[in-house]
Amino acid sequence: MDALPDFDVIRPTSIAEVVAARKAHPDSRMIGGGTDLLVNIRRGIEKPPVLIDTAGLDELKTIEADETGLTVGASVRLVDLATHEGVRRHYPAIAEAAGSIAGPSHRNMGTVGGNIALDTRCIFYNQSEWWRETNNHCLKTELGEMCHVAPKSKGVCFATYSGDLAPAFLLFGGSVDLAGPEGERSVAMNDFFIGYSKQDGSTGDGIVYMAIKPGEMIVRVRATGTPGLNSAYDKVRIRRTIEYPVAGCAAAVRRDGDAIADVRIAFTGTNPRPVLLEGTDALVGKPWDENAQQVVDDLCKDQLMSMKTTFTPGHYRRRVATQMSKRLVGRLFEQPA
Amino acid sequence: MAKRLISFTLNGKQHDGVAPDNTLLLDYLREGLKLTGTKTGCDGGECGACTVLVDGRPQLSCLTLVGQVEGKTVETVEAMSVNGRLSPVQEGFHVKLGSQCGACTPGFIVAAEGLLRENPTPTDDDIKWALGSNICRCTGYIKIYEAVRYAAAKMRGEEPAPYPPTDYSKVA
Ligand SMILES: Cc1cc2nc3c(=O)[nH]c(=O)nc-3n(C[C@H](O)[C@H](O)[C@H](O)COP(=O)(O)OP(=O)(O)OC[C@H]3O[C@@H](n4cnc5c(N)ncnc54)[C@H](O)[C@@H]3O)c2cc1C
Ligand code: SF4
Ligand code: FES
Ligand code: FES
Repeated sequence: MDALPDFDVIRPTSIAEVVAARKAHPDSRMIGGGTDLLVNIRRGIEKPPVLIDTAGLDELKTIEADETGLTVGASVRLVDLATHEGVRRHYPAIAEAAGSIAGPSHRNMGTVGGNIALDTRCIFYNQSEWWRETNNHCLKTELGEMCHVAPKSKGVCFATYSGDLAPAFLLFGGSVDLAGPEGERSVAMNDFFIGYSKQDGSTGDGIVYMAIKPGEMIVRVRATGTPGLNSAYDKVRIRRTIEYPVAGCAAAVRRDGDAIADVRIAFTGTNPRPVLLEGTDALVGKPWDENAQQVVDDLCKDQLMSMKTTFTPGHYRRRVATQMSKRLVGRLFEQPA
Repeated sequence: MAKRLISFTLNGKQHDGVAPDNTLLLDYLREGLKLTGTKTGCDGGECGACTVLVDGRPQLSCLTLVGQVEGKTVETVEAMSVNGRLSPVQEGFHVKLGSQCGACTPGFIVAAEGLLRENPTPTDDDIKWALGSNICRCTGYIKIYEAVRYAAAKMRGEEPAPYPPTDYSKVA
């Protein structure tokens, strides 16, 4: 029965206990549902000596949702977020994103914290140990020295962030509450994800993709409501269930008469971070017509990466993401508030 | 590595055992308890062959540490039959030929059981969506949907629709 390497599991029942356990075991990893982490452990991608289970943290199992704001505990199961009445009513993009993650049995297990912290993905990384060895490993694990996606990357990794919840939260000014040795702090989600992969090393990349300090855990995620905002989520995947997104898109629109009053677009599956598209303000006050669509095309071309970290060509990913966003915005623009 | 006492309800009975922390529920059931009805397929959360019910909800036992079910209720395919008779879902798979090689069948039966307990009147879309974590390489799924519809009717005390109930033009 040795499918997995040796490790001990600690099962705390309070945040204070987690923080103490993290301090006592600096190499430990948090485990929520384990639907991402256990696969990686099994594939020899990581070998944490200690896992800290978030399932016993009852204080992090609540969802509070009304039109002004949403607070979700890190130990909430995806199925419960996807089916929550208040979330479906006020934050449909978040409920739809949660309901589109992996398959139904996975959603019965996977947690919100685990989905936000989801490891970045790449065809050269999410493979068995033997596969990676025959390919000389790559930068993202300690065993490799080069990036096979971009051999001249100068130590930078482009592995793709694929969590579905983050783009949906980004629409609503999402933030992440963290607890650590210095107490709790809250970080805007757009600053939390730092996988910009700049070659001067000034920010994070596919390896260091979250602004989380050693010993910290995610305790809650938050969103802020905006009256009159329609939102939705869509994703393209190779199989319609049990599959990470080729690309995912969250969009929100408020319409005023014949013009756009507010539009927000965010992506996953394209860059080493979820991307809240910058520059959509240019569409405000304008109708949703060909010119507006051209603006979205240009913004996507500028901000979405086309690295080949998955089975599909990189350019396909970017094109499909762009197309999805225009379809979503068009649909939301026509939808009564 | 420490071994730990574990206790949970397994197929209706209290179960107490000992296992190291890194033991997967799948291996504990199959290798430890010789409950080999639960199948190993992909070992990585991609096929659903290992599905069991945890507190009534379908979960993947290949991605569950046995310690994660401490104090919970676990049901495997072995618990589905009633007094030696096939459950409605099992009968559906039998009558409607929902099983060919059989490797995926226990997982589908357990996932379908989870659905029908929660939703006795599923639409075709509900069925497809609820079985979305399970893969079958043989049947093409249509016979599986028929099996679940058959079981749903039986569980509601209705006569299952006669063959052939599927409008193939509507099956994507
Ligand atoms: C076949 C398959 C398909 C999948 N498809 C999708 C998909 O379409 N979209 C998608 O988004 N995901 C997908 N997943 C991944 C996964 O199921 C989900 O992302 C799930 O939400 C992860 O949550 P978890 O609780 O299981 O995470 P875990 O595996 O427990 O943890 C994931 C990571 O988060 C860290 N972590 C967990 N909790 C915390 C915390 N509180 N604070 C800090 N770090 C923490 C862990 O250390 C680990 O690095 C898929 C997985 C499989 C096996
Ligand atoms: S992008 Fe490069 S370094 Fe990163 S996981 Fe892929 S091959 Fe490895
Ligand atoms: S063996 Fe568990 S999902 Fe395939
Ligand atoms: S019957 Fe063979 S895989 Fe489903």
